[in-house]
Order: sequence, then C-alpha cells, then structure tokens
Amino acid sequence: MALERWFRRTKPTRSDDDATPAGLWLKCDGCSAQIYRKDLNQNLLTCPECGYHYRMPAEARIEMLADAGTFARWSGSLAPTDPLTFTDTEPYPDRMERVQEKQGRPDAIVTGGALLDGEPVALVVMDFFFAGGSMGSVVGEEIARAAERAAEEGRSLVAVTASGGARMQEGALSLMQLAKTTVALEALAARKLPYVSVLTDPTTGGVTASFATLGDVIFAEPNALICFAGPRVIQQTIKQDLPEGFQRAEFLLKKGMLDNVVRRTALKGKLAATLRLLRNQKLPEQPLQEAVPSIVDEEEEALGSPAAGKPLQQGDEVKRGS
Amino acid sequence: MALEFERPILDLEAKIRDMRAYAEEQSIDLGEEIALLEARLERLQAQTFEGLSRWERVQVARAAGRPTGLDYVEHVFEGFQEHHGDRTLGDDPALVAGLAQLDGRSVVVLAQQKGRDTKENIHRNFGMSHPSGYRKAMRMFDLADKFGLPVVTLIDTPGAYPGIAAEEQGQAWVIAASIQRMSQLQVPAVAVVIGEGGSGGALAIGVANRVLILENATYSVISPESCAAILWRDAAEAPKAAEALKLTARDLLEIDIVDRVITEPTGGAHRDPKVAMENVATALREEFASLAGGTPASWKSSRHERFRALGRYVDLSVAS
Repeated sequence: MALERWFRRTKPTRSDDDATPAGLWLKCDGCSAQIYRKDLNQNLLTCPECGYHYRMPAEARIEMLADAGTFARWSGSLAPTDPLTFTDTEPYPDRMERVQEKQGRPDAIVTGGALLDGEPVALVVMDFFFAGGSMGSVVGEEIARAAERAAEEGRSLVAVTASGGARMQEGALSLMQLAKTTVALEALAARKLPYVSVLTDPTTGGVTASFATLGDVIFAEPNALICFAGPRVIQQTIKQDLPEGFQRAEFLLKKGMLDNVVRRTALKGKLAATLRLLRNQKLPEQPLQEAVPSIVDEEEEALGSPAAGKPLQQGDEVKRGS
Repeated sequence: MALEFERPILDLEAKIRDMRAYAEEQSIDLGEEIALLEARLERLQAQTFEGLSRWERVQVARAAGRPTGLDYVEHVFEGFQEHHGDRTLGDDPALVAGLAQLDGRSVVVLAQQKGRDTKENIHRNFGMSHPSGYRKAMRMFDLADKFGLPVVTLIDTPGAYPGIAAEEQGQAWVIAASIQRMSQLQVPAVAVVIGEGGSGGALAIGVANRVLILENATYSVISPESCAAILWRDAAEAPKAAEALKLTARDLLEIDIVDRVITEPTGGAHRDPKVAMENVATALREEFASLAGGTPASWKSSRHERFRALGRYVDLSVAS
C-alpha cells in the first residue's frame, strides 16, 4: 500500500519537502496548526503542538540516535543490479539511477557502528524516501552483514524500519531477503546480544514479516502504520470499512504485538535504557535527557533547544488501553 | 473448465474420440487416420506447453483439477493422519498438518490446501492461511525436532490471508516467526511448490534444505494482479506483470530460488494427476536420500547457508 503511494506520487511527499528550503512556516499534517519549520526540526520532525510524527530520512535518524562523532558507516558499497531485467512503465535500472542520484546512496538503507548513549550498537536504518524503503537484495544483504558484524564486535543491534515491503522489481530474490535477514539474526542470538527493532511509519509487507518483528524488544513510533497487508488491500478483499486506528501502533500495542509505543523525542533514552536492562548493566544515575536536537544547523544549535531538559520518565510511554 | 490455450488440444482430442466411435460404429478401420491425429495431438501439446507465456503458466498453476496438497499427501505418503490446531486459538483449514510415512520412514507433513470445489474452497479459504495456520506449522516443527522426523512442506497458496482478524492476530509476526522457526530445524526439510507460491505466506513454510517446484508452478514476491495494480495502475495488466516477475519454475531455477524442477505430465498436472504425484514422490525420495547422513547441526547450517546466500548485487568495493 505504502509502496503503491510511492510509485504513484510524482511530486515529493510533504516530509520530503522538509529537506528542501521551502517556507519558514508549514501547516502540520496532524493538527493543521501553523508551525515554525525550525521548531519542527528541533523536535526531531515531530509537531511541537500535537506530536505528529513526520517520516524521517535515514541520515537524520542516525544523527538522532548515534552519540556525536561515533557513527562509522558500514553500508554503501553494495549496489543493486537488475537480475530480472525488470521493466514496468520504466526499466528498473533507470528508476534506481534516478533515486540514487537524488538520495546520494546506492539503496534504501544505512548501517554502521556507533555508540548510543555510550552503548556499543550497530544501527540499521531504512529510508522510506528511497523507493519506498523497499527491500531488495542490497537492503537484505546490508541488514544481514550488519547483524553478523554486530555479533562479531559484541554490539547490540538497533534496527529502525520504514518500508513498503519487498521490492517487486527483484521478484522472488526480494522475497528471499525475508529468510536471509532472519537467519542472519542467529549470530546475535548465539552471543546473547540484544536486538531491538523500532517500527516507524510505514512498516509493511515483507519487512514486517521478517526481521522487523523478530526483535527481542519491539518498539514503534506513535501512529505508525504497521501491517502485513496494507489497508487498501484488506478493504478490497473484505469490502468493509476498517476499524478506527486499525494497524496503527497504538492499536497493535493493545493487540499485544508491541513492547511499547515510544515517541521520537524519548526514543534514544528508551533504547539506551532497554539495552542496559537486557545486558544487565547499571543504569546511569542521570538518565538521558529527552530530545537532543540533531538536525538543526549550527546557527540554530547556538540558540539552544527548547525541547531539551526534561528527563526521561515512565510517563513518556503511550498509555496502555484507552 | 478449460484454459484458453487448451482449447485446440481439447478439440483435437474430441475429434479423435469421435473418429474412434465412428470407426467402431461403422466397423471400419480408421487406424492410420487416428494415428496421424494422435501424432498431431502430441506435437500440438508439446508445442503449446513449450511455448506457454508466463501468464499462461500462472493459469496452469491455478487450474481447476490440478492436484491439491491433500491429493499429494494421500497418494505420496502412507498412513497419513491429520493433526489439528495451533494450541492457542484454533485450527486453520488452509494449512493441513500431520504425520505420515514415506517409504516406511515417519515424516511431518505440512500442506497448504486449496479447495477441489467451491464448497471446499470456501472451507479452505482458497488456501490462504490465518495466523493460526502458521502457529500450527511452528508447533509441528517443534514436534519434528523433538522426535527427529524429517519435514515435508507442500506449498500452494495465493498468499497469507489479508483480513482484519489476520492482521489483529499478527499475521506478519507469525510469518516471521515461522520463517525463523523453520530455519532452525534440526532435521532435514524439503519443500515442494506444487501450485502457487504466494509471497511471505508461502515462504513461511518454505525455508527448507531443498526447495523443489513443479514444472508449471509459480513462486513470487507478489501476485501478477497485485503487482500490475501497483506498477501499471491496472490489475488487467497482470500478463505483463507475470512476464516481468519471472515467476516460473525455469526462471526460479536460474536465480537459485529453487533447487530442482519436477516434470509434469504433458498438458500439466491437472491432465494426469497420478503421474504428477509419482514424480513428486520420486523427487522426495531422491532428495531425502541425498540429505541422509547429515547431522542435526549440518542440516541446520546448510539450510542457513542456502538462504543466507540468496540475492544479487554488486560490491563496489570489490568491483574495479
């Protein structure tokens, strides 16, 4: 479903606009309030008024999770081929070339080693802005390599997913990435290293049906669409309206499918605490402060961050039930 | 119901039948003429099936009368008994599980089951499992490991069911878990795609040491119809999508998705189910014979390596 949207859309998505210098103000997709673009950026692309979570490019995600200056990129040397000579309305290689040019990266994923509040981790971050975050051979291989290298280096694995599912243009080879990423996780399990997955909007299809939902702990961002079959597919199948909030993070939390829903500004602290708890390590006396702005330019950073300063508390979680 | 491209073949068959009846009725010898027509029929069948488009193969894979999972289960194995239920929520009729023997050796069998008629199709949900089906598969994997029984899976599904309850019960979660559980089996496992290998719903029971496929079966990341709806914005472009997806047995052998293609009788398995079943039985015997002599650790690690290696990409740091 999400992938469908990507292919249909010719103009960039609104979150995509954020990367480009448009206006100083924008209307929030969640609450329609006029918000100051700088505030949105300082709030890690969440609305300061209503908390609406915009989709986040992979590099920005890494900046918000990795301690400053600690990220070492592992991915980037693998590039997709065209194993099926796939052509729909345009050849697959042309599609890829265009998006590679735009994103400055060979495929829809960034992996690397980093410290997360001092904890050694491997970060695996998918990018929905690259071909709908679809998982083909490269994405699958990068995930598998990152999991195996994390195990070798004694790091925990943190995966942040955002994907329309398996990449159709690589046919059954894409499908096999479900199995490949899954078997690669064994290396971590064998060394009793934690794997925490963070499902963000949207996480669908083959990604949900493989490594994304195999985390020792599974978190999701507020209101993220998380599903196997997309809402449109289901609607077409059953010819009925879908229940309110269906397939959204809060709904899935109630259904027992997630460990918790964590808002983005609290995510880093939550991950750090989770990794320490799983590894039976002492929790710091001063827990990580919420919302360290990371995607602001230097001038903005000099102004200080209004969102920072609030310690991470239990109440940061979305409440169970209603 | 005949498939479009089968019509000329069926017409010719009817003609031969008529001629035979006429010869008998009139007590005349039309042996030579009939032999000529039969030779023509054989050529026509061979030509037709050699030249089938990928979309036409999709039709054969879905053809009415094509042997279903249970047909194979009943004819290939001895003493099959069904074991119901996922021990949590219910029993999924779209995925049949049980114990049986193959040449006197006990095995765990899982078969995705489409209906043989409308009534059964509805009962079986057209072979589309709910989470319950995959949970049943996983508890059967546990059983296989505990008693050291090899696993046979027969894949034939349009996909895991896309419905409200299925999503609420974590369809994606159980598929992922089933892929993982099957990859960890300590016993040899052979999967056979007998009809439609529909995406994650098929792979959930497809993480085997050997993956076999019938000549006219398909295995794909997405159905041609859904792919066409997304990429061509029109489900009617499914024939184009089928071509692009390279989802036939021969295509899949080329990119190492499957290890072996099992021959079907001329005209497809639905024209002579017995022959198809015998071919599957033979293939299973041979594959298990070649897997014998492994150890629990080696069956697991070779399966792991098989799936870890799948994919095509270029390594820019190596390529000059």
